[in-house]
Amino acid sequence: MENKDHNQNHQSEDLPQVLLLKPTPVMAVLGEHQFSSNKYQFLKAWESPLPLCQFLTKYANSIQAILCSGAASVTDDLLQLLPSVRLVVAASAGTNHIDLMACCRRGISVTNAGNVFSDDGADAAVGLLFDILRKISAADRYVRQGLWVKKGDYALGSKKKTFVSYPFYSNICELAADSDALIICCALTDQTRHMINKEVLSALGKEGVIVNIGRGAIIDEKELVRCLVEGEIAGAGLDVFEKEPDIPKQLLELENVVLSPHNAVFTPESFLALSELVVGNLEAFFSNLPLLSPVMDE
Amino acid sequence: MASTDPQESVQELSPLPKVLVPKIPPSFCIIGEEPFTSTKFQYLKAYESPLPLDQFLATHAHSVKAILSTASAPVTADLLQLLPAVRLVVTTSAGLNQIDLPECRRRGIAVANVATVYSADVADLAVGLLIDVLRKISASNRYVKQGNWPTRGDYPLGSKLGGKRVGIVGLGNIGYEVAKRLEAFGCCISYNSRKKKPYVSYPFYENVCELAANCDALIICCGLTDQTRHLINKEVLSALGKKGVIVNIGRGPIIDEKEMVRFLMEGKIAGAGLDVFENEPDVAKEFFALDNVVLSPHCAVFTPESVKDLSELVVGNLEAFFSNKPLLSEYVDE
Repeated sequence: MENKDHNQNHQSEDLPQVLLLKPTPVMAVLGEHQFSSNKYQFLKAWESPLPLCQFLTKYANSIQAILCSGAASVTDDLLQLLPSVRLVVAASAGTNHIDLMACCRRGISVTNAGNVFSDDGADAAVGLLFDILRKISAADRYVRQGLWVKKGDYALGSKKKTFVSYPFYSNICELAADSDALIICCALTDQTRHMINKEVLSALGKEGVIVNIGRGAIIDEKELVRCLVEGEIAGAGLDVFEKEPDIPKQLLELENVVLSPHNAVFTPESFLALSELVVGNLEAFFSNLPLLSPVMDE
Repeated sequence: MASTDPQESVQELSPLPKVLVPKIPPSFCIIGEEPFTSTKFQYLKAYESPLPLDQFLATHAHSVKAILSTASAPVTADLLQLLPAVRLVVTTSAGLNQIDLPECRRRGIAVANVATVYSADVADLAVGLLIDVLRKISASNRYVKQGNWPTRGDYPLGSKLGGKRVGIVGLGNIGYEVAKRLEAFGCCISYNSRKKKPYVSYPFYENVCELAANCDALIICCGLTDQTRHLINKEVLSALGKKGVIVNIGRGPIIDEKEMVRFLMEGKIAGAGLDVFENEPDVAKEFFALDNVVLSPHCAVFTPESVKDLSELVVGNLEAFFSNKPLLSEYVDE
């Protein structure tokens, strides 16, 4: 470990440092080399023997950017310790782990994942919806348990709805009341926390289904579980949960629920695209060029 | 039953034409028999009789004018021999492979198929199976439900759907619906079919092997005929390759299942989504151990909505026939 600190000193002192508090999933999958550049170097907090505070104090002056994902929040307190930071690069679809207001106040730019995850996230949402409506996983399990032979055809029950236009509803309860399926694609903010609550689930109704590829906390999970257990909604496809990876036991046992381990946006292809975007943003930043995917204040 | 309808009184005197139903159609079980009934004909349900079929037919042969066929009730030359009055076969199955079509043609017996009532739902399931195999939806569902996420960490990644080269084998109604859907996902479509279709711009491959060699995924949408039996064989699977996946919503025997199992077990293709099998419902046990295979118990066509549409089509065809009007969905061999 002394080696690594020594290594960091060994690298060109001119190269700006990009702080990594925790490993990011994309780097874990693709390897660090995918993100390397001659315009910056990474400073990996977890590789240092120093406790975090000391580590940050030691390198505070040279850290000009932070690369982060959901596992490591960028809080105002953290930014306080790093006065040289001018850029936060989010290697994730969501930015809810970043204190955007604090960044704004401090004049720190933030970049997000742009469009790199959109296709795969959408495909997964559709895949989960297909699965609940057409009972693909449940039927697969049925066949694997030898029940097709023993019990005959699998009980069906599915719905389809054809969308021909995109009416806008300003009230989510009304949207739920007029829909057979709700797909949660929004970000987690103070406004959206527990947005899908008892009222919305009631409006969705006994034959409605819900798919969540946003963030677990957008749905009141306790309420969702109760509705599913009591048959007040017809099914759910969930990629995200309030306390990952701990999932309420009842969800594990329900046939009409399809679960995926928070990987709706993850494919090797999207990770590759993300790595290019991250490197692109960092290089642009350190070359004083416009950022590729800045988060804009709406 | 007292009736004010003069038509009904006339029918009491001259019995309604009979439609033979050798086996209970799955669709009767799904939405009930009522939507399939009509005042213009009546069903002769062989499956409700204690008599064996040939005895049952011997009693009723002269009055059977039409047959309601299902996948499990073949219409063979022998059967037709016993029913000289039959002039129409109406099927409730998407496939026609259980009907001896040349024999029907020889005898001047019309055949009415299901037209497009199933196409959307089958196409949806084909897409659902493809997404499932590529994005490992069922497998990761299984993983999470077995409590593995907290203890064993993340599940291996799947693969992006957009940009995949998809080869449709059989670009009929169903194949075309599959193509349109996958285009929306950003896939590149090409196909093999009996004939090149003039109205599509997808690249056409005369040879299934070549199609497989140029695709990341094959979707089997064709019917089962002598030409398509074991069409997907060792050669085609080899051409598809280690990263290729296959989805079958046609008929089990279109694929050489033994070979496919071997390829899957040896990692020579990447995965499969199957709604049909060579020996239903006895699915090859080797599939159960494979995480990269999604199994569906031959239900691609079945949704309450499509079966309701089917009932209207079946009744429509039979009523048209018995009123000497043109059939709604006559099958014409190309």
